[in-house]
Amino acid sequence: MSPLVAGLVQVGILVAALAVVYRPLGDYMARVFTTKGHLKAEKAIYRFARIDPRAEQKWSTYAYGVLGFSFVGIVFLYVIQRVQSVLPFNFDRGNVPEGMSFNTAISFVTNTNWQSYVPEAVMGHTVQMIGLTVQNFVSAAVGLAVAIALVRGFVRSQTDRLGNFWVDLVRGAIRILLPLAFIAAIVLIITGVTMSLKSGVDVDGQTIANAPVAGQEAIKELGTNGGGVLNANSAHPFENPNEWSNLIEIFLLLVIPVALTRTFGQLVGNKKQGYVLLGVMGVIWSAMLTVIWVAEANGLRPLEGKELRFGISGSALFANSTTGTSTGAINSLHDSFTGLGGGGTLLNMLFGEMTPGGVGTGLYSVLVMAIIAMFLAGLMVGRTPEYLGKKLGRKEVTAAAVSILAMPTVLLIGAGIAAILPSTQGALNNPGEHGLSEILYAYASASNNNGSAFAGITVTNDWFQSSLGLCMLFGRFIPIIAVLALAGSLAAQKKVPVTAGTLPTTGPLFATLLTGSIVLVAALTFVPALALGPIAEALL
Amino acid sequence: MTTTLQKPAVAQEKTPAKPSIAAAIPEALRKLHPRHQLRSPVMFVVWVGSLLVTVFAATDPSVFTVAVALWLWFTVLFANLAEAVAEGRGKAQADSLRRTKKDAVARMLNGDVVAGTELKIGDLVVVEAGEVIPGDGDVVEGIATVDESAITGESAPVIRESGGDRCAVTGGTTVLSDRIVVRITTKPGESFVDRMIALVEGAERQKTPNEIALTILLSTLTIIFVLAVVALQPFAIYSGGEQSVVVLTALLVCLIPTTIGALLSAIGIAGMDRLVQRNVLATSGKAVEAAGDIDTLLLDKTGTITWGNRRATEFIPVGPTSQETLVAAARLASLADDTPEGRSILELAGGRSASEHEKTGEFVPFTAQTRMSGIDLGDRSIRKGAASAFELTDTAREIVDEISGQGGTPLVVAENGRVLGVIKLSDVVKPGMKERFAELRAMGIRTVMVTGDNPLTAKAIASEAGVDDFLAEAKPEDKMALIRKEQEGGRLVAMTGDGTNDAPALAQADVGVAMNTGTSAAKEAGNMVDLDSDPTKLIEIVEIGKQLLITRGALTTFSVANDLAKYFAILPAMFAAIYPALDKLNIMHLATPQSAILSAVIFNALIIVALIPLALKGVRYRPSSASALLRRNLLIYGLGGIVTPFAGIWLIDLLVRLIPGIG
Repeated sequence: MSPLVAGLVQVGILVAALAVVYRPLGDYMARVFTTKGHLKAEKAIYRFARIDPRAEQKWSTYAYGVLGFSFVGIVFLYVIQRVQSVLPFNFDRGNVPEGMSFNTAISFVTNTNWQSYVPEAVMGHTVQMIGLTVQNFVSAAVGLAVAIALVRGFVRSQTDRLGNFWVDLVRGAIRILLPLAFIAAIVLIITGVTMSLKSGVDVDGQTIANAPVAGQEAIKELGTNGGGVLNANSAHPFENPNEWSNLIEIFLLLVIPVALTRTFGQLVGNKKQGYVLLGVMGVIWSAMLTVIWVAEANGLRPLEGKELRFGISGSALFANSTTGTSTGAINSLHDSFTGLGGGGTLLNMLFGEMTPGGVGTGLYSVLVMAIIAMFLAGLMVGRTPEYLGKKLGRKEVTAAAVSILAMPTVLLIGAGIAAILPSTQGALNNPGEHGLSEILYAYASASNNNGSAFAGITVTNDWFQSSLGLCMLFGRFIPIIAVLALAGSLAAQKKVPVTAGTLPTTGPLFATLLTGSIVLVAALTFVPALALGPIAEALL
Repeated sequence: MTTTLQKPAVAQEKTPAKPSIAAAIPEALRKLHPRHQLRSPVMFVVWVGSLLVTVFAATDPSVFTVAVALWLWFTVLFANLAEAVAEGRGKAQADSLRRTKKDAVARMLNGDVVAGTELKIGDLVVVEAGEVIPGDGDVVEGIATVDESAITGESAPVIRESGGDRCAVTGGTTVLSDRIVVRITTKPGESFVDRMIALVEGAERQKTPNEIALTILLSTLTIIFVLAVVALQPFAIYSGGEQSVVVLTALLVCLIPTTIGALLSAIGIAGMDRLVQRNVLATSGKAVEAAGDIDTLLLDKTGTITWGNRRATEFIPVGPTSQETLVAAARLASLADDTPEGRSILELAGGRSASEHEKTGEFVPFTAQTRMSGIDLGDRSIRKGAASAFELTDTAREIVDEISGQGGTPLVVAENGRVLGVIKLSDVVKPGMKERFAELRAMGIRTVMVTGDNPLTAKAIASEAGVDDFLAEAKPEDKMALIRKEQEGGRLVAMTGDGTNDAPALAQADVGVAMNTGTSAAKEAGNMVDLDSDPTKLIEIVEIGKQLLITRGALTTFSVANDLAKYFAILPAMFAAIYPALDKLNIMHLATPQSAILSAVIFNALIIVALIPLALKGVRYRPSSASALLRRNLLIYGLGGIVTPFAGIWLIDLLVRLIPGIG
């Protein structure tokens, strides 16, 4: 089988597998967030935390819940890293330095999983398991909860209640992420991913670092987290031993964001509304896959920085999916990609992580973009713009605008300052346009909560640790606050009935409009910066 | 007591006042003041940029910097010009409005009666039930129920009393009961008409909700581009190609949505103006926007859907009489009948003018006693009249009853006492109504006919006119209930009305168009007044509302789509020196970096001028489905917006390259 055919077969298997689980998983998630009953484990948690699961919250209370929960998470992660030397299973890996702890704490709570450290040299199993892995679950569950709250804004009318954050959080973690991650971990172990509490294995007198990989690998992909327990991430044979584990990991990182479009369709009572979003995500994902794949296949040194066991197709497929979701795991070195191919992975993030995006974040990001697109479209058909029966007025546009503005703002300010700092020159492996691509990639990855590293840039100095940390923080929580405010103002509205004058949002016209808006907003914002990095590189 | 509106002389002319660019130039220059520029965030950024570039051009002058500075100022000026031209058209109408207005009369506490315009702050006036409060003020004595629907749109009366928080009353509202003494707290000149004058002129123009939302979106885009351009400098420094402030400012101005930013307020003013040209005065721009959103249209049957008067539609002979004989007799009997019914009989019978012979006949006018009219011509005595005035045969009786049963009116024609036949008069639907309702349906608007007729007659007319629904035997409260029901379902309702009992419904409706012939109560309750008192105008108002929004959307799309070409022009110009490969992006083959940047700036300024007529006239609107509209506008303004600047910048560069120091 030629590499091209093998690659196409892989894509075929992946799409088929996603298609098989699409409906059952999407419908199941819809039930999880609408059903009235509570599991025994959930009741125990509510009793323990003194939560009244029946109490519905306003958008602001919901937002306080998200922020408070995340803040506590950051503090906890920071503290356990700083006192690692007294924790068990630390293998003499001492306390993590301040800057690195700050950056890592934010990184895992914001579902970014940007890693400025070498895991097997810095983090012990305790921090890894009770700190980082826990956040891998709950940060994904937070994203899910916010997405569901926004959907409720569309579904409900004339109410100021959006549901209960704690209930949504607990259900997302216990009913969706935990069982799926458990199954995924077993499957990964079958494919050969390791699972060990030892610090390493001796091979021919050499110690190769090891860890409880499979358990973390599963949620790393499933929760679109991306932070590996080993430095080489999914390029490491213990994390990703063969083409089957590779395909399973790609499947895992796509499955929830993809199936959430079905959940959305179910909840708004029109499945076509979900299909059209999936279509838009799919079209951009496929187009970018083609760009990256073709660019890599025709590069000067096509296999540089790629694992031979995955080849060009397995690397392109992984790279496209990990940057199109906000995962950030890597199985190849994006830094070694061609100008166009590397630029493609960068562009995937610059789209704002919605093709199909992270767990929950992908859905709410694409809905925000749909609001912007429908605002313009509504004007062009001569009606006060509306989407899914809700009018898009001053409040809705403001919230959507704030949500969209956050990422480019922190990205451009951070990257702009970094570009002229004298210390940056020393941190870069490459000068010129490729060096600028490395800087842009780092800030795009942080601001979009992706977490993948282009590599080729040393990010351990104080400036990078703190500026990238702040990019992750603002890139995550400003949109979340704006999205919840948006949900609040949508829920307060009456539902506008559908008439012949309503612009349908289920057909190809809307899909084209939305795709165009996503591409245009990213292009207009970032073309000047990209011109000096990937574009200059690609045109050489 | 209240203000009566008469048709302003200018407003009666259907032709729009010709936009005079020359006359608007002084006003455009006055608008360069920063306070004015702050109203539009996009144009304010251009204004600041112009100032910045001017400073650089002054300290380090070159042909390029001076040219860029000049064209940036032109960009600001062209935006001002667009607004000034739009306002200029309204000014003429405002002047004539001002001439026709008569103000409310104020009765002072000491008994003096003065014009409302002469009230000063602190004056005490007495207002009793049924009177209009002459100006804004506080109640200092008494308690009263006040109808504030004219201002708030809320039809339920409110209580206003001296002392406490409920003492404020607003000029133009009506006291419904009791007597109050009001201390005037504002200067006169804020009456119903005054506000309308302000609206027409655009001077006191408030941004409408949709305009605010769009401004937020445009500001967001502006912020994004400011960030993109500001961040570009460190990237450029890193890459070894630091850019001048002049070039960066030029890039910024080209990228931010200046086209729509410059034309936005002109579009709004022109929208109001288009209403005025159709003799409709709207109390707020918000109402015009709401008109575009209307889901349900309540139309009175009589006068709107039907002619209102009964028209002859059929001649039915009785017994041995031939059709020709009956028609001829009916025509003769109606020759002198000047009522609408009589004229309609002549029209149907064909032949209005009487021959010389016929003129010799003696006309017999209608009287209440005879209940018939006709003509005595020679020995022929021809009469037509109510069925009860004649002795009818059984066949004739049957025909008469059948016509009555269908909701029509029978008129019997007789010659020398012998009944020839019956003329059927019916309520006739105006021509073209069916097509208009079909258009409305395509736009997603449901039409409901409101009539006092019985359900059977109403149904017949409703199906003939092609309305979606009807409300028969309607009383004013039924109308109100219908509006409320529609609104509860989230629908926006528009209606016309003229009577005092229409007032609550007019206030409740999202768009209430009062007829100028109507009572002042109706006029104050509605948010538009039609000076022509033509109820079908509602359909045009809806179209104007839609056109207003479409124009905004189309120009925004065009403006943003323009940016693609500008990137292709400016980015290679800026960076081909450090990365020669970027010159591949110079697909327009612009001569030099300077000519490329200047051409983009000039295009950006000229496109504003080129689009002023479109902004004033509005994008063409043809009723069709939402999808068809969107597809069409995306194609014209989206795709067109991408292509046009490529051609425009290329052409301008052909000229600009001839300038020494640039090319």
